[in-house]
Amino acid sequence: MRNFTYYRPETVAQAVALLETKWGPTELLAGGTDLLDLQKEYVAQPERVVSLTGIRELSGIKVDASAITIGAGTKLAEIAEHPRLRDTVPALTTAAGEIGGPQIRNMGTLGGNLCQRNRCWYFRDEHVSCCLKGGNKCYALDGENQYHAIFTQGHKCVMVHPSTLAPALIALGATAQVQGPQGSRTIELAKFFQAPSSAGQREHVLAPNEVVLSVTIPLVGLQNASYEVRHKQSYDWPLVQAAVAFKLDAGRASDVRVVLGHVAPTPHIAAAAAKALEGKEVTEVTAAAAGKAATEGAKPLSQNGYKVKLVEVAVKRAILTAAHRKKYWEV
Amino acid sequence: MNDAQEHGRNGPGLSRRQFLKGSGMVAATTALVGPAAPAAEADAKAPVALGPGPVKIQLTVNGKKMTTAVEPRVTLLDALRNYLDVTGCKRVCDRGTCGACTVLLDGKPIYACTMLALEARGHDIKTAEALAADGRLDAVAAAFVKYDAQQCGFCTPGFVVALRGALDKNPKASPAEIEEALAGNICRCGTYEQMRHAIAELCGKEGKGA
Repeated sequence: MRNFTYYRPETVAQAVALLETKWGPTELLAGGTDLLDLQKEYVAQPERVVSLTGIRELSGIKVDASAITIGAGTKLAEIAEHPRLRDTVPALTTAAGEIGGPQIRNMGTLGGNLCQRNRCWYFRDEHVSCCLKGGNKCYALDGENQYHAIFTQGHKCVMVHPSTLAPALIALGATAQVQGPQGSRTIELAKFFQAPSSAGQREHVLAPNEVVLSVTIPLVGLQNASYEVRHKQSYDWPLVQAAVAFKLDAGRASDVRVVLGHVAPTPHIAAAAAKALEGKEVTEVTAAAAGKAATEGAKPLSQNGYKVKLVEVAVKRAILTAAHRKKYWEV
Repeated sequence: MNDAQEHGRNGPGLSRRQFLKGSGMVAATTALVGPAAPAAEADAKAPVALGPGPVKIQLTVNGKKMTTAVEPRVTLLDALRNYLDVTGCKRVCDRGTCGACTVLLDGKPIYACTMLALEARGHDIKTAEALAADGRLDAVAAAFVKYDAQQCGFCTPGFVVALRGALDKNPKASPAEIEEALAGNICRCGTYEQMRHAIAELCGKEGKGA
């Protein structure tokens, strides 16, 4: 990797002061599991790296009666293993516990998971100048696209958003607190992501000089679950992920949220699936109907038609898991 | 990307030969490096800029304090192997995927290839060498020997370190839980079956299988 100057600030304000108004010359370092890979591939070639690991205020989990607040620097393993979180937000802890392997979870952080770059193999190949790296086309559109998006309307780049925490957090109605030079602001996780189409954009809406402080999840009694369909059970990216949350009163679901991962350049909110389940009793039949509805609007590429069926399956299983607080096959 | 290619990319200002010459002189140049001054002068509170030249660092490896000087881009793995001669951790994929470089950082298994050496300052680092301290083989390594749980052996240091970390975290772990804890390690020879026997013994269930 190219060499750089390294900074390790002790406060968020110091970190923000070191950042610039454009992407590229300065990068933030948290767990390193994404940035170091990008640097080794010469996809990221920052001149300055600002480490966030010296900022104590960024890590820790706080649970009170109405909300959970998780510092952006909190390790994925800590989130996955937290007993209160496992009890109240299993969608999040399941997703966190299925990321990478134990080593990755001991290194990776919440903030890094939300702000990581995508895993498209054209983007990650230093020799390919795709539209996210200054070129003008997306090579996956008519190339090898079996792991790419199936909801691609109008998107110039058809990568899938890599975060598996994001769909869970969006389903749970979470917000992110971020800090920039003008102070801090709160962003709904549902509005945190964007589909990038040029080198000047990232997969999220933060400015280059903003830092994620924490994520807050309101505790409003939602049944919730995340389910991933994968090639391998361990150490693999999901092919499709479904995160769901809903209120359950006498077997009937209300306030339903269904969010899909790994099917679009952003976490994909499946409004039709939520509508299909709203007010219904949760059974295998209604869960399957919601799964079918979740595929509405899917336009697969040349090699990823299989993902449409996986969306149906993942949504159905996530709904049954959330309703029964058991694995879908134990229901 | 191997070392030679990597070092060949420093641009016109620094040839590979110069680089190699320079890295061989690390010990001699440690006195010259240190935090850059300008940033510190501008604002007493501003964090110090380290690098891009070699930065003097101290790491605690297997209980010993070790000192060297590395550029900011040097990973913990390369610092251990190439600068401190602690070669138990292996460089295989160098992308945080295979597990051969696994070390314990404050008791938790991590990929040394995916952490900057600068980031490991102040932490307690344990490598496979710690499992044979004072000439006594740790129970994990001994079980691997007993059940022949390796073929070429290149992945073994990563496996035994990850396994030691898992047992330290939960001494009552079941074989299934141990297997999950080893999900971040890969053995290309496929000696998983023998590892299962070793794990069964370590979990106190010898003879029952995993």
